[in-house]
Amino acid sequence: MPRWLAHLLVVALLAALVALAFARVNYAWNWPAVWAYREKFLLGWLTTIAMSLAALVVSSLIGILASLCLQSQRPLLEAVGRVYVELIRGTPLLVQLLIGFYVIANAVGLENRYVVGVLVLSLFSGAYMAEIFRGGLAAIPTTQRDAARAIGLTPWQSLRFVILPQAIRLVLPPMAGQLVSLIKDSSLLSVIAISEFTLSAQEVNAFTYSTLECYLPLAAGYLLLTLPLSALARWLERRFHYES
Amino acid sequence: MNLVVTDLTQRFAGTTVLDRLSLSTGDIRALVLVGPSGGGKTTLLRILAGLDLPVAGRVAFAGRELPRDEAGLQAYRKTVGTVFQAYNLFPHLSALDNLLLPLVQVHKLSLEAASERVREPLERFGLAAHAHKRPAELSGGQKQRIAILRALVVQPACLFLDEPTSALDPEMAAEVLDMIQELKLQGTRFVLVTHEMQFARRAADEVAFIGDGTVLAHGSAAEMFTNCPQPRVRAFFQRILP
Ligand SMILES: Nc1ncnc2c1ncn2[C@@H]1O[C@H](COP(=O)(O)OP(=O)(O)OP(=O)(O)O)[C@@H](O)[C@H]1O
Ligand SMILES: [Mg+2]
Repeated sequence: MPRWLAHLLVVALLAALVALAFARVNYAWNWPAVWAYREKFLLGWLTTIAMSLAALVVSSLIGILASLCLQSQRPLLEAVGRVYVELIRGTPLLVQLLIGFYVIANAVGLENRYVVGVLVLSLFSGAYMAEIFRGGLAAIPTTQRDAARAIGLTPWQSLRFVILPQAIRLVLPPMAGQLVSLIKDSSLLSVIAISEFTLSAQEVNAFTYSTLECYLPLAAGYLLLTLPLSALARWLERRFHYES
Repeated sequence: MNLVVTDLTQRFAGTTVLDRLSLSTGDIRALVLVGPSGGGKTTLLRILAGLDLPVAGRVAFAGRELPRDEAGLQAYRKTVGTVFQAYNLFPHLSALDNLLLPLVQVHKLSLEAASERVREPLERFGLAAHAHKRPAELSGGQKQRIAILRALVVQPACLFLDEPTSALDPEMAAEVLDMIQELKLQGTRFVLVTHEMQFARRAADEVAFIGDGTVLAHGSAAEMFTNCPQPRVRAFFQRILP
């Protein structure tokens, strides 16, 4: 059986099951009420994309810094990196958002909730990025550094022409996966009243009492972003395997 | 080449790997290092190639001392070439780009000049048709010949080769050895670590037998292979040579 047919089959089966479940609950659909709010959905969806992309960029920078800390020979820097990574990975994003927004942002007088949202999301994701970058650099064999030194490259040239080009290939697939996580995790920004995709659906639900009509498009909207990204991650992974 | 090594000592984590090793060659083109596994051949070659700093001792090539700081070694490495057992090509670059990288980035040739420089050697060694392939698409013998060219196209004063054929099957090893032989005939100077005794006999001007971190015997190829006075060295050759 070809792969695409297998996928189609599984999806069709799942759709049939879901349809059956809906048929049994005897739900009174009211799509027009929700359709009236389509622009709000679209705006929320675009906000989710924008916040996720911004957090991807900022968390990449944080991740690079943190991975350098983790590998540092200086105990203090190493400690900073380790404590940061463990603290962030060991606590729920929800708690970080609430503390970040109501305590820290208030304390330093940061008022724009969108900026706070991107920052907290980036700090959260940066801890995972740090491990991705650390793993990527660690996967380049030391013989490559040796070869780079042997042909006379400076340490900086070795990083630029030998280590980084190889490390980037290694970290791109997990970074695409991290973006998938970011998109889903950004739904928690609704708790600090950022009008992203999830909050938009919640609000429309509050106006229309059409729960399923709000949350089914919500799920579809997230899948529209995450499915292609997952495919991209897998494609990058395959391409790299072929090359090495 | 006139290599003079004096009381060279190297330690790793407290273990002495080279123990006041001394060696002085004539003005030769090819020095071959042989000896038992773990004897210190690679350790010595890496110091000669400027990749590692010894704990103590001195090395001089043609009267010039090797620098003893990383900055000095960095400059020294531009003037020599190193070939590793595992090729160590850059896997993300085509064979051609592996050759161009040192020429353009280290020796500051223009891309045109660098391409011109590598064209003839690629053709001579039958590699022109493979120049645009990535290392993963090359055979072991092709990879090692590209690695040798990468070290060679910068016109180094000396080439250091660490068991360049021991990862290859006999046929591919022969390709690489033929290439080294041809380079020697054209005047390339090299220090070679190898277990290919037939080849060592043919290509070496002098042979040094390294064991227990020192030079156990040293002499011309003829002396070393036919009637070396050292019983340990004789036994080693008898075991290896057919
Ligand atoms: N970086 C290192 N750290 C610790 N020990 C090392 C290191 N490099 C080499 N050694 C040790 O030094 C000794 C000599 O190693 P070396 O690689 O120079 O031997 P060799 O003569 O090249 O052997 P072979 O023929 O197996 O390649 C070995 O006992 C090895 O374990
Ligand atoms: Mg060795």
